[in-house]
Amino acid sequence: MIRKITLSALTALGLVAGAAANAAGGAGYVEDYDFSFEGPFGTFDQMQLQRGLQVYTEICSACHGLQYVPFRTLGDSGGPDLPDDQVRAYAEFYEVYDPVIDDFRAALPTDHFPESGLENAPDLSLMAKARAGFHGPYGLGISQLFRGMGGAEYIASLLVNYNGSEREEAGVVLYGNDTYAGGYLAMGPPLWGDDVEYEDGTEATIEQQAQDVAAFLMWTAEPKQNARKEAGFIAVLFLSIFSVLLYLTNKRIWAPLKGKGTTPAE
Amino acid sequence: MAGIPHDHYEPNSKGEKWLHRRLPVVGLMYDTLMIPTPKNLNWMWIWGIVLTFCLALQIITGIVLAMHYTPHVDLAFASVEHIMRNVNGGHMLRYLHQNGASLFFIAVYAHIFRGLYYGSYKEPREVTWIIGILIFVLMMGTAFMGYVLPWGQMSFWGATVITGLFGAIPFVGDAILTWLQGGPAVDNATLNRFFSLHYLLPFLIVGLVVVHIWAFHTTGNNNPTGVEVRRTSKEDAAKDTVPFWPYYVIKDLFALAIILAVFFAVVGFMPNYLGHPDNYIEANPLATPAHIVPEWYFLPFYAILRAFTGDVWVVIAANFLTGGIIDAKFFGVIAMFGAIVAMALAPWLDTSSVRSGKYRPMFKWWFWLLVIDFFFLMWLGAMPAEEPYATLSLIASAYWFAYFLVILPLLGVIEKPLPQPETIEADFEAHKAAKNGGSGAAEATPAE
Repeated sequence: MIRKITLSALTALGLVAGAAANAAGGAGYVEDYDFSFEGPFGTFDQMQLQRGLQVYTEICSACHGLQYVPFRTLGDSGGPDLPDDQVRAYAEFYEVYDPVIDDFRAALPTDHFPESGLENAPDLSLMAKARAGFHGPYGLGISQLFRGMGGAEYIASLLVNYNGSEREEAGVVLYGNDTYAGGYLAMGPPLWGDDVEYEDGTEATIEQQAQDVAAFLMWTAEPKQNARKEAGFIAVLFLSIFSVLLYLTNKRIWAPLKGKGTTPAE
Repeated sequence: MAGIPHDHYEPNSKGEKWLHRRLPVVGLMYDTLMIPTPKNLNWMWIWGIVLTFCLALQIITGIVLAMHYTPHVDLAFASVEHIMRNVNGGHMLRYLHQNGASLFFIAVYAHIFRGLYYGSYKEPREVTWIIGILIFVLMMGTAFMGYVLPWGQMSFWGATVITGLFGAIPFVGDAILTWLQGGPAVDNATLNRFFSLHYLLPFLIVGLVVVHIWAFHTTGNNNPTGVEVRRTSKEDAAKDTVPFWPYYVIKDLFALAIILAVFFAVVGFMPNYLGHPDNYIEANPLATPAHIVPEWYFLPFYAILRAFTGDVWVVIAANFLTGGIIDAKFFGVIAMFGAIVAMALAPWLDTSSVRSGKYRPMFKWWFWLLVIDFFFLMWLGAMPAEEPYATLSLIASAYWFAYFLVILPLLGVIEKPLPQPETIEADFEAHKAAKNGGSGAAEATPAE
């Protein structure tokens, strides 16, 4: 019976994810990149987040914003983990509007990143959770159980998979992309290779930069991921031990009723 | 007093006697905890505890979340992000609450199908069944309104579609729609009332749960054989039952611990697996998502809603017969609610005198087909409204109604049931003998 329940629970889990998978409505090609934060024990790679922050700052932030992300979180352990003085210095690059003085001033660590500067450039704070890269099979979304939701993979793939074609629609140039659902999007290819110069000497290929910024955006979307996985692991561990104890207690309590003086296998 | 005969609480100490004369609350707790429970309950009888736990979990996490949440269209989305980023443990609270809803529905569906298979809805447990259905409907309302609160794209568009259903009601639809939304469209007024109701309804559910438990503590639990506990004397009753404490408390806690281990794995390692990515985009009334899909637990009924389009002959017939009052949209709404009403009427639609599906050879097949039909509808509900899904949805929906309205009434007449055990004790002993003696493979054979 337990097996039956477990099976049906798993089936239900698999089936229901179909909704999520289908809602995202993606049809393009998404490469299954290996990220350090995947799996139950995966954590963010601090160096990669710092490189991603650099790519975001020098390229993406020209048009996009991160309005839900406070600068101070750049110093959080488990995240980019910048020292305090660097966080402060980084924030000062930005100007924010302060309603108290009714004027712009240099940002403080307590301020948030600015909103998108360009009308049709979406805010990127949550983008890595607002996209699912994997949907199959048959829209059931079961593959997400093994590969993850694929938000970061989607972003990295999108940045890499421009195919060079262009199309004009209502006076706007659209750029061909093999990952984007529909095939053409308004954002031109942002990465060409060597767009930034990494301080740690990593070669700034298109793929490298795409993966770094995708990892960074996964962090902006889910900054508490490490704490969450830790809490989940401790809970699962505790409950597993607890359930063994309860199993033995239960067996002992029922033994006289079931005519089991000794303990035959269940 | 109604119920299975058993020992009642006797106050011993002076203090107990003092309290008992004035408020017999300890006696109530004793009778509730020590209630005689059939000793042959299987693992499908654990869902009640899981559901009670879910209700408590949702209320506790929900109350804390409400301390940090702001029900305003300009601030709601940001306040959820505030919870996720700045509130101590906020991300866990929110993910527990969000996935807690899914656990709640997994448990309630298992609980309902348990009842359908073992005939728990049958005489004398009709009231328990009806209250259970009411709880289920309130749960759906609560979950739907809760999903609107983060004010993401799916929140907004889901709210627009679902409240829009009420607009399909003839004559009064528009007025009801305006009243529900608090204006001409889903907006701040809608968000505010949904927040208020999302906070209120769980407490109504608590009240109904108490009545639900009261009802089945009066009739006694059903059990896998469907045979009633003997009530001829305390001694006979004791042969068929064990007290709830410690036997089922420990068994249920064991099951709960395993289920929670899986639950925490989902919360800890893939908390967004059951959600829609689109809900991490703030609501935008000007941008409709490519597919508007409800949460997974609504999908079977959503599929039924969409199945009855204008070119289906029953819809055309209904439209013709009512002079156009019932159009395709309204028919769909009737079908969706009707699917739940049909289920609620099961006690009166099922004509079989045998309670448990275990002893109903034909019923079994139809029942498992209903389970498959349910999951199939769930999948169809997530698919776009196009062929072949439309036709398949229609077939699957038709089966849902046929099961309750045609098959259940007919089976009672044409089916020849298998012999049932005389007593619960006999079933328990037969099961024990099979398990202890044989290779442990056989089902319990009914005693003659």
